Amino acid sequence: MPSATDSIEGLRELGLGKRLLTEPAQLAAFGSDGLTAFNEQPLAVVLAESTEEVVAAVRACHAAGLPFVARGSGTSLSGGSVPVAGGVVIALNRMNRVLRVDPDTRTAVVQPGVINLHVSAAAAEHGLLYAPDPSSQSVCSIGGNVAFNSGGAHCLKHGMTSNHVLGIKAVLPDGELVELGADHIGSVGPDWTGMFCGCEGLFGIAVEVTLRLIPIPEAVCTSLAAYDSLKAAGDAVARIVREGLLPVAMEIMDALAMQAAEASVKPGYPPCAALLIVELEGEQEVVDSDRVVLDALLEQSGALHVHSTDDPEERALIWRGRKSAFSAVGWLSPDYIVQDGVVPRTRLGEVLAEIDRMSEASGIRVANVFHAGDGNLHPLILYDGRETGAADRAHDLAGQILRLCISLGGSITGEHGVGLEKREYLSLMFSADDLEMMHRLRRAIDPAELANRGKMLEVT
Amino acid sequence: MTIATATSIEAVQDAVRSGQAGMRLLPVAGGTKPALSASRREDVEQLDLSGLSGILEYDPAELTLTALAGTPVREVAAALAEHGQYLPFDPPFVAGGATLGGVVAAGASGAGAWRHGGVRDFVIGVRFVDGTGRLIAGGGKVVKNAAGFDLPKLMVGSIGRLGVIVRLSFKVFPRPLETTTLEFAFDQFDQAVAAAIRLARGPVELDALEIVPGARVLARIGGRGDTLASRAVRLAGTLDAASSRHEGDRERVLWDDAAEMRWLQGGDALVRVGLSIRQVTALDAQLAAIPGAGVRYGIGGTVAWIGWPPSQPIDLLDTILSDLGLSGMVLIGPSDRALLGPRTGGVFGARIVQALDPNARFLEV
Repeated sequence: MPSATDSIEGLRELGLGKRLLTEPAQLAAFGSDGLTAFNEQPLAVVLAESTEEVVAAVRACHAAGLPFVARGSGTSLSGGSVPVAGGVVIALNRMNRVLRVDPDTRTAVVQPGVINLHVSAAAAEHGLLYAPDPSSQSVCSIGGNVAFNSGGAHCLKHGMTSNHVLGIKAVLPDGELVELGADHIGSVGPDWTGMFCGCEGLFGIAVEVTLRLIPIPEAVCTSLAAYDSLKAAGDAVARIVREGLLPVAMEIMDALAMQAAEASVKPGYPPCAALLIVELEGEQEVVDSDRVVLDALLEQSGALHVHSTDDPEERALIWRGRKSAFSAVGWLSPDYIVQDGVVPRTRLGEVLAEIDRMSEASGIRVANVFHAGDGNLHPLILYDGRETGAADRAHDLAGQILRLCISLGGSITGEHGVGLEKREYLSLMFSADDLEMMHRLRRAIDPAELANRGKMLEVT
Repeated sequence: MTIATATSIEAVQDAVRSGQAGMRLLPVAGGTKPALSASRREDVEQLDLSGLSGILEYDPAELTLTALAGTPVREVAAALAEHGQYLPFDPPFVAGGATLGGVVAAGASGAGAWRHGGVRDFVIGVRFVDGTGRLIAGGGKVVKNAAGFDLPKLMVGSIGRLGVIVRLSFKVFPRPLETTTLEFAFDQFDQAVAAAIRLARGPVELDALEIVPGARVLARIGGRGDTLASRAVRLAGTLDAASSRHEGDRERVLWDDAAEMRWLQGGDALVRVGLSIRQVTALDAQLAAIPGAGVRYGIGGTVAWIGWPPSQPIDLLDTILSDLGLSGMVLIGPSDRALLGPRTGGVFGARIVQALDPNARFLEV
């Protein structure tokens, strides 16, 4: 076993100077991500500035047998960018250039450290935008979005990150550079790009990503409908789907989540047990026409109060409240777990009633925020880590909720990824053969299991 | 080439496991893309999955559907239509008998892919039999799912060479109540390309956008009838060009004909090429020099459907595409020549193939 100093000798030879961090005080900041429950001290951090440096760093790790993890903004909610103790972090924040925006092909080519919102900012002068909008979009980076196939509030119409990734230049775990996909949606042959998206870093590091852009919608209208129960709000969602409307987003928040949002960004939501947010976007004429149909549906669905607006500031406040819900829960509770289960959308009412029952039975408060249109739940399980056993009880409840989602035909994760956090639950969804295949695919790409070791799949 | 049939998933597994050494399995069903389903090689055995058919789950309120791979798309389309829903990517050869498995394996999307994305964007779950005979599941039945590797997408365009697809889940969308199409005519091909680029930027959201022979551009819009007429007027005003409008049955036939490739001359090969609209002019110039070659540019100019005359060797098209750096897939035409131009995936793809088919039970990718 080489000593720690020997094993990073290869990294020292890259001549990165101050961009190779090895001092404990410098490394501490890289030990954890958006899911603070996990923390590991890496051996070294490489602040990469170019594709060549990523290739060289990965080769050095490969030669020394050092596990490595790519890291952008560190906003993963599944522990996806937590390093392996004694491994290497390859930080990509400095690779933050939008390399080009091509309005004629409606594409952008970006480096992995580019912040999600910056893609749309760069595309705006051409009247274009990048659709995927995770709640952390003002800080999260495209590399992480690709690795974890991030979602967001507007997946209902636009799909997830992988639906907007056309091509990827990637460094494989042995340092080989490959180009997958193209700059158009017509690629021939197996969809290697789609396979790379959501690999949680196990297939290597994306160093250039070609993204699909869409025209900025001419009109956007956001409707709020207040209900006296979560079930009534959930039923309204089913009604909207049945009617043939295709809103770009349908979100539900419960009273506790609204209380948290009110305590932080004060969106001024109407007081109620459940709030449904529905957003329409598109051509002005179509939105105007759909809005009439939608408002009538909401009225008929037993809403206590319906309000719709196309005022940009008011809309922004509504979404700020919704997107801040996770962090705002910090106002209500010292600690919390964010879950990300998915159920078939027609089972939403059932699953919410059951979560409510579980919450009461365990005496643990659960706030609910979810992408109702997609059946993607984000129960926020509140606890106080200073109380003996509270964290374990909260994790037990989280596990029960995931099992419930699976039993209804859903998924353990809609958009946060498996990461470290939900690894033990993957076997609830997939058979031994399925998991063995995932391991086989992983080992075919990375026999030494160096790339993001321990995420998604158990270490073999 | 010998033929076996499988009407159950277990039978597919048996067929993969029991094959003779050196023999390769080629899954087939509807036969609408014969260049992909036929082979003259003696070491190739066809596995007919047409009997592995049927819709397993469809709840309109879920906007998802699960069916066996040999299910004809037209059966699925009819079930969806009853509830005002559809597969928005307009797979080709539906009337001709294309199956779900074949559509995914060929990765072939049609006109509607312009608006909401292609088959890759709508397939959410897959079960397939790998090269060792194991049944493998990926994805699921819910529209949003980030658990495990995205095997459903990997199967798109895999033409039966990574596994035998046996079951698929899709998300579906509400179908526009009505559609209408504007046809713009130009003097020069370049003007048609420029027009397509302009229309792609909005503001009118198009359901389909194609460049067709005669320097014409077809732009389709869909929605409720109350807005369609005025949107068509607005769309016509987007360009400084003459346009005519197709409506009603005539409009539907126009797009059905496109999906069935009825423009193709008898005896021609049909090749699908992926490209960016920036490459359309260069490819078109090359094809214009080939007597008898025809081409339509679909999905906003990101797919070229090439009709290649039997009088010309397919090697010539291979050379043209290779020179332009474009990859193509032969759907109709000479067998054992499925892929033209540069291969995709590189070492990444090669390693994935090794994991899925270690004993070479399927054709070479």
